[in-house]
Amino acid sequence: MIGRRWYVPWLFLAPALLVTAVMTWGPLANTGVLAFTDARALGGGQFTGVENFRRLAQDDEFFRALANTGLYLVVVVPALVLLPLLLAQLVHAKLPGLGAFRAVFYSPVIASMVVVGLIWSWLLSSEGLVNAVLLRLKVIAEPLPFLTDSTLLLFSCMLVTVWKGLGYYMVIYLAALSNVPNELYEAAKVDGAGAVRRFRSVTVPTVRPTMLLVGALSAISATKVFAEIYVLSSGTAGPGGQAKSIVYYIREVGLGVDGEIGYASAMSLVLLVGTLGLSVLALVLRRRDEGSQA
Amino acid sequence: MTRHGPVALRYVLLLVMTVLLVGPFLWQLLTSLKGTGEPIYGPDVTWLPRDPTLGNFGKVAEVIPVWRYIANSAMVATASVVTNCLLGAMAGYALARMRFRGRGAVFAAVLASLVVPFEVIMVNVFLTVRSLGLVDTLLGVLLPGAVSGLSILVMRTAFLALPKEVEEAAAIDGAGEWSRFWRVALPSVRGSLAVVGVFSFLFAWDDFLWPLIVLKNPDNFTLTVGLQYLSGTFTNDQRVVAAGTMIAVLPLLAVFFALQRLFFRGVGEGGVKG
Repeated sequence: MIGRRWYVPWLFLAPALLVTAVMTWGPLANTGVLAFTDARALGGGQFTGVENFRRLAQDDEFFRALANTGLYLVVVVPALVLLPLLLAQLVHAKLPGLGAFRAVFYSPVIASMVVVGLIWSWLLSSEGLVNAVLLRLKVIAEPLPFLTDSTLLLFSCMLVTVWKGLGYYMVIYLAALSNVPNELYEAAKVDGAGAVRRFRSVTVPTVRPTMLLVGALSAISATKVFAEIYVLSSGTAGPGGQAKSIVYYIREVGLGVDGEIGYASAMSLVLLVGTLGLSVLALVLRRRDEGSQA
Repeated sequence: MTRHGPVALRYVLLLVMTVLLVGPFLWQLLTSLKGTGEPIYGPDVTWLPRDPTLGNFGKVAEVIPVWRYIANSAMVATASVVTNCLLGAMAGYALARMRFRGRGAVFAAVLASLVVPFEVIMVNVFLTVRSLGLVDTLLGVLLPGAVSGLSILVMRTAFLALPKEVEEAAAIDGAGEWSRFWRVALPSVRGSLAVVGVFSFLFAWDDFLWPLIVLKNPDNFTLTVGLQYLSGTFTNDQRVVAAGTMIAVLPLLAVFFALQRLFFRGVGEGGVKG
């Protein structure tokens, strides 16, 4: 062990700790305090107890944002647990060119959500390619309002989230698949198991911990959805602002000209409880999973 | 699909997925190359531009100060790489290599910061940045992501894996605390530094929500906020918006495809494992 003066470690830590304290812990503490006040961007700050939470319980717009975010979660998480696994299976083999396909499938991850959102806004607009193709194929008679109907808008955003996330979760699955012993597949094949059967009985059980991880990661990121909705609706959240997510609503309430900091902080605490809940749920599921395998 | 499915079917599916995942980029690129006289939708639209032109790329610069936006994004992203690598490595080094009172508490605080989503605290981060007088500045854009808990964690793991003997030998040779870190330890964890650097760059370059909150004056926008602004305020010409998105994404994709082998190896080693 190297002897050193007591303050040396703190000198190494100081810059990082200063940034984290000022930019994370301070604001978090502030959120916890201001949630119980009527603070606004331009004044206020009287202690009001649980008034903000009482107001939240009666705020239809908040419940709509909550429902939208919940719907988002319910659709996006299963898609992002399953589809990237299938994609990973597709590129997980020793065949020529698969490395290139991997890189190609990852490219939407590299692009910014704004770029991806603008690309899809054009594809999904009433004159866009998707409607043109559907019209040409006579699947529909009129262009579908993918971006101007609030429900369809939400589903369009989900499509964008899934499209952009496929490659990211594929890479996580690839790391897990490389640990699946080849002999298991061979044995299953000898036993006459078909492709679907092998997937269900060999692949899924061995990568299940990773599926839980992907489920948790995609769920946490889905509760924070913002950019997709903002970009696809050009900052309107659909007709009448009906397609807001929780983060969208927090930003609108807390960061307007005279932002209601207190009320937005209360909402932020609800969001924090939601994301922490999802993290804990993932941990519990994972532990139970390990328990059942032991 | 399994590893032993028919090879031809596998390649067909790979091609279908390629069309689905690359097609949107390609359609945007083709739209950006079509001239003003050419229809980009309706019955007369063609896949390929009849008379390809780069004119729309020039028009982007007429509508928004796109070069300044690129410079702003590049400055923030580069600064973020430097701060995340340097401050993350310093903190990670102290946590991995030094024994001191309070180390457990610091480490716990770093871990705990990982489960606090930025979106939860963004309103109050804005208040802090405002009280520091940094609204509408690039420093204000940089600060909240200047050193993430994840960067500290990745660097700590890297230093933990390093054999202690090297530094002890350097200490015996009379090297001071800082020079052991800077000359001996840091060069040995280049791989992890690269992972932290690449992800810090991408995160800062692609970030949208925070720059949208902190930047008010269109002159100070970063590229993501500027592109959104381009599509909303000034023009309805989809060709110009398409050219703008291509300006933003083509350099990234070019670098990514040039380095993809290194990238996937780095991601594999960097601990993004299940």
